[in-house]
Amino acid sequence: MKMTKPGQKRLISNAITYAIVIVAYVLIQILDGSGNLTSSLRGQLVPICAYIVMAVSLNLTVGVLGELSLGHAGFMSLGAFSGVIVSLGLRDTVSAGPLRLLAALLVGAVIAGLFGFIVGVPALRLRGDYLAIVTLAFGEIIKNVINTLYVGIGPDGLRISMSDQASLGLGESGTVIMRGPMGAVGVDKLASFGAGVILVLITLAIVLNLVHSRSGRAIMAVRDNRIAAESVGISITRYKLTAFIISAALAGAAGALYALNYSTVVARKFDFNTSILVLVFVVLGGIGNIRGSIIAAAVLTVLPELLRAFNDYRMLAYAVILILVMLTSNNDRLKQLRWRIRSYFQHSSRRQEAEHE
Amino acid sequence: MTFLSYLVSGLSLGSIYAIIALGYTMVYGIAKMLNFAHGDVIMIGGYMSFVATAHMGWPPLASVLLAMLVCTVLGVLIEQLAYKPLRTAPSLAVLITAIGVSYFLQNAALLIWSSNPKSFTSVVLLPSLKLFDGQLTISSVALVTILACVAIIIGLTFIISKTKIGKAMRAVSEDKEAAQLMGINVNQTISVTFAIGSALAAIAGVLLCSAYPILSPTTGAMPGIKAFTAAVFGGIGSIPGAFWGGLLLGLIEIFGKAYISTQLSDAIVFSILILVLLVRPTGLMGRKISEKV
Amino acid sequence: MRTTRLRILSLILALGLFVLAGCSAGPTSTTAGTTTAKPAAAIKIGGIGPLTGGAAVYGSSVANGAKIAIEEVNALGGLQFELKFEDDEHDAEKSVNAYNSLKDWGMQILCGTVTTTPGIAVTAESFKDRIFTLTPSASSTSVIEGKDNVFQMCFTDPNQGIASAQYIAENKLGSKIAIIYNNADAYSTGIYEKFISEAAGKNLDVVSTTTFTDDTANDFNVQLTAAKNGGADLIFLPIYYQPASLILTQADAMGYEPKFFGVDGMDGILTMENFNTELAEGVMLLTPFAADATDARTVAFVAKYQAAYNELPNQFAADGYDCIYAIYEACKKAGVTSDMDAAAICDKLIEAFTAADFSIDGLTGENMTWAATGEVAKAPKGMVIEDGVYVGMQSGN
Repeated sequence: MKMTKPGQKRLISNAITYAIVIVAYVLIQILDGSGNLTSSLRGQLVPICAYIVMAVSLNLTVGVLGELSLGHAGFMSLGAFSGVIVSLGLRDTVSAGPLRLLAALLVGAVIAGLFGFIVGVPALRLRGDYLAIVTLAFGEIIKNVINTLYVGIGPDGLRISMSDQASLGLGESGTVIMRGPMGAVGVDKLASFGAGVILVLITLAIVLNLVHSRSGRAIMAVRDNRIAAESVGISITRYKLTAFIISAALAGAAGALYALNYSTVVARKFDFNTSILVLVFVVLGGIGNIRGSIIAAAVLTVLPELLRAFNDYRMLAYAVILILVMLTSNNDRLKQLRWRIRSYFQHSSRRQEAEHE
Repeated sequence: MTFLSYLVSGLSLGSIYAIIALGYTMVYGIAKMLNFAHGDVIMIGGYMSFVATAHMGWPPLASVLLAMLVCTVLGVLIEQLAYKPLRTAPSLAVLITAIGVSYFLQNAALLIWSSNPKSFTSVVLLPSLKLFDGQLTISSVALVTILACVAIIIGLTFIISKTKIGKAMRAVSEDKEAAQLMGINVNQTISVTFAIGSALAAIAGVLLCSAYPILSPTTGAMPGIKAFTAAVFGGIGSIPGAFWGGLLLGLIEIFGKAYISTQLSDAIVFSILILVLLVRPTGLMGRKISEKV
Repeated sequence: MRTTRLRILSLILALGLFVLAGCSAGPTSTTAGTTTAKPAAAIKIGGIGPLTGGAAVYGSSVANGAKIAIEEVNALGGLQFELKFEDDEHDAEKSVNAYNSLKDWGMQILCGTVTTTPGIAVTAESFKDRIFTLTPSASSTSVIEGKDNVFQMCFTDPNQGIASAQYIAENKLGSKIAIIYNNADAYSTGIYEKFISEAAGKNLDVVSTTTFTDDTANDFNVQLTAAKNGGADLIFLPIYYQPASLILTQADAMGYEPKFFGVDGMDGILTMENFNTELAEGVMLLTPFAADATDARTVAFVAKYQAAYNELPNQFAADGYDCIYAIYEACKKAGVTSDMDAAAICDKLIEAFTAADFSIDGLTGENMTWAATGEVAKAPKGMVIEDGVYVGMQSGN
C-alpha cells in the first residue's frame, strides 16, 4: 500500500468535503436546468444550506470544543432578526438584492457573534450539563424577549418598543419590521441556493482551517485534557471563547439566510426544539465529523418531506428511524462485523498486491 | 394576603416541577444520561388516569395506581429497548435516542387520543380551603401536591439511604465498574431506578393535570424542560437539589409574573437561573467536581 | 470514525427503505393527508395545516370538516373535487414545504393555511405562483395584504377586537375590564391591540392587562388576582379555549365570579371532552359557529362529523367545510373545469369571489361576501352560554 503523509491525508479529506458540496450544487443545477427538480426539493434547498451551516457550526462547539450547547437556535434567531432588519432598512438605499443579502448575513453574524461573546464569557466557566443549561436558558430568553419586541423604521432611524405597535409612533412614513409575536412580516426573499452554497463553503473554510490551525490543536488539547493543556501553558478561556464566538457568528449568518428565504419569520421558530434538531444533525453525522454534519443535516431535513406519504404516521416513522439509526450505529456486534469485513478486504487486496509483485 | 396566595401557587407549581425533576436527577445520577423522554412519560401518566376515570369510571385513587403501573412498565421497557443497548455509547448518542423516544411517545399519543385536548377531572375531590374570612383561598389540589412532594422526598431519601437497593444505587452512581466488582447487578439497579423515576412521573402527571386540568399530547413537553432546568439548577444528580431546585423555580416563576412582568416571565426565570449558576457553577446542591490529572 | 460512517450509511439505507415503503403505502391509506380517490376529472384542492405538534387540533379539525364537504360535493355529481391535506406543524418552513409538495402533486386551488404565520409565508408563494387561496382560519390581515388571490373565511383579528369592544360598550356588559391575552400568539395579540385602542374611544375602563405565553399557560393565579384587585367585573379573553378553560377553573377555585367575554377562539370549550360546562356558565363570546345550533345545515354537519370522527366539530371544522363549499360555488359560477391550469382558475375565481352577486350561506355565516382585499363580510353572532349550550345574546339596544 502507498503511504500518505498525515498532512496530505488531511488535505485530501478536506478536498473531498468541499467537493461533495460543489458536486451536489452542480448536480442540482443540472437537474433544475433539465426540469427534473421537484418543487418540493427546490423549496428546501435554502433551508438545507442554513441547517448545514448550523450543524457545522454547532459541531465546532460540541465536537471540537467538547461542550454541549442546547441554545444554538438562539444565535440563529438573533442573526435572523438582525438580518431582516438590515435587509428591510436598506431597501430604499441599496437596490441590489445580493448586496442587501450580504449586508444582512454580515450583520447577522456580527450580532450573533457579539452575543456569543456575552454568553460565552460567563458560560464557558461552567462545565458539562451546567453549560448546556445556560445555553438552553439563553435560547429561551432570546425567544421570550424577541416575542415582545416591536421594531420599526422611521425617518429618524430605528425605533424599538416592548409594549405594542402603536407605541412605536411611526406614523404614515415609517415601516414596522417586527410585530411582537407576529415576528417580521413582509420580508423580501433575497436568499438563493447559490448564496446558500457559498455560505456553506465559507463556513467550511473557516471551520476546517480553525480545526487544523494552531488554535484548533490547542482547542482540541483543551477538550481532551484540560488540566494537561493548562499545564503546558495553553490559555483555555481565550481559545474556547474564540471557537464559541465563531460558532455563534456562523449560526447568526445561517439565521439571516434562513429568514430571508421566507416572507415571514417568528421568534417561536427558534426554540428549544430547533436547537435539539441541529444537535441531532451533529450527533447523527458524528461528533467532530464535519462532513458527517453536512450529510446528516441534508438527509434529515429532506427525510420528513419524503415521509409525507406516511400521512398520519409521518412523525412516528421519523421517531422510529431516529431511534433505530442510533441503535444500529452504536451496536457493538455490527461494528465488529464491519471491522472484520473491512480487514478481510484489506488482507485480500494486500495479498493481490503481493501476487502482482 | 395576595402574597400568601402567590406563595401557595408557587409552592404548588414548584412541587410539581420538583417531582418531575426527581425523576430526571435519579436517572442522571445512576445512568449518567439526560432522559428527555421523561416529560412525555408524564403525559402518558396523565392520559392513563384520564382514561381510567373518564372512560372506565374508576375511582381517582385507582386511576393513579393504574397510571403508575403503566408508566413504570413503560419506563422499564424504554430503558431495556432504547437505552440499554447504548450503555457503552457516548452520552450524546443516548441523548439523541431519548429525544427519539420523546417524539415517538408524543406522536403515538396523538394517534391514540387525537389532538383534541381533554379536560381532566382532578383526582383531588376535597373542597378548597378558605382562610382569613375567605380572603385567602387555597385549592385542595395545591395542598395535596405540596404534601405529596414532601412525602415523596422523604420516601426517596429513606430508600436511598437505608435500603439495600438504595445502597446499590449509590454505589452504581459512584462507580459502575467498582459496583459490579462488588457483586452489584448494575443492569438491574438501573432498571429499578427507571421504574421509580417513571412511577414518579406518573404521579407528577396526575398532579399536573389535576392542578391545571387540560391534557394534550404535548402536555408534558414544557414542564419536562422546566423540570430538567430545575434539576440542573439544584445540582444534577442530587436528590435534595432537585427538590429545592423545583420549588425555587416554581416560586420564581409565580413571583416573577406577579411582581415584575407577565410578558417576560420566562426570561426572568431563566436569567435568575443563569445568575445562580454563575455564582454556584455546579448548582445549588451539586458536588464540587475535583479533577485529577 | 467507523461509528460515524456506519451511522451515515444506516441513515441513508433507512431513508431509501422508507421512501420505497412510503411510495407503496401512499395511495392505499385513507386518513388525513391522503388523497380521497376520485375520477380523473376532479379538480385538485390542496390543504395545509398543523396535523402534529401543539396546534394539531386546529389543522385536524379543518381537514376533517373539509373532507365532509368534499364527499357531499362529489355526491352531488356535478363538479368533482379531490383533496390532499398536508401537515405543516404550525411552522412557516414546513408549510412552504407542504405547499411545494402539493404543487408537485398538481394542486389547482389551495385551501389553507390553517394558522397565521405559515399562512403569511405560503400566501407569498401562492401569490407569486398564481394559485387561488382561500384560508379557513388564518385571521391576520398580513395573510391577505397586497395579495389579490388570497381570501379569508374567518374574521380578521382587528375586526374581532373592534367588534368585541363595541359589543361590550353598547350592551354595557362591564364597567371595569380586565384583559388576559397570549403575548406569544399573533392571533391573541392582534385582537388585543385593536380592542385596547377601540376601548379607549368607547370609554371602557381597562383596569388590568396581563399576559401569558404558550410556555407558561398553566397557572393563572397572578393574572386573575390582578383582575380581582383591580375590581374588574368583566374579563376579556381574546385567546383559545384551552387556556380559557384553565382560567375558568382557577377563577372558580378562587371564588372570583366576573363575567367572561371571549372571541371565536373560545368556541370549542363546551365540546372539550370531559369539561365541566358549569364552569362556562354565563361566558359570552363572539363566534360565527355553534355546534349546537338548530338550523338544518348545522345539525346535518354535526351528525355527519360525529359519525365520522367520534367528536363534536369546532369552528375550525366549520371553516374548513365552508371553504370547500365557497370554492365549489365559485367554481360553478365561473365555469371552472378540471383541465384548466392553476393560473387560469385563479383569475376566474378571483373574479367570482369579488363579484357583487356572489354570496355564500354556510355554517359560519349567512350571505357571506368578499371584498377585493380578501376580507370576508359576515355578522359575528353574540352568544352566551346558558345551561351548557350557546344561546343567542340579546342586543341591549
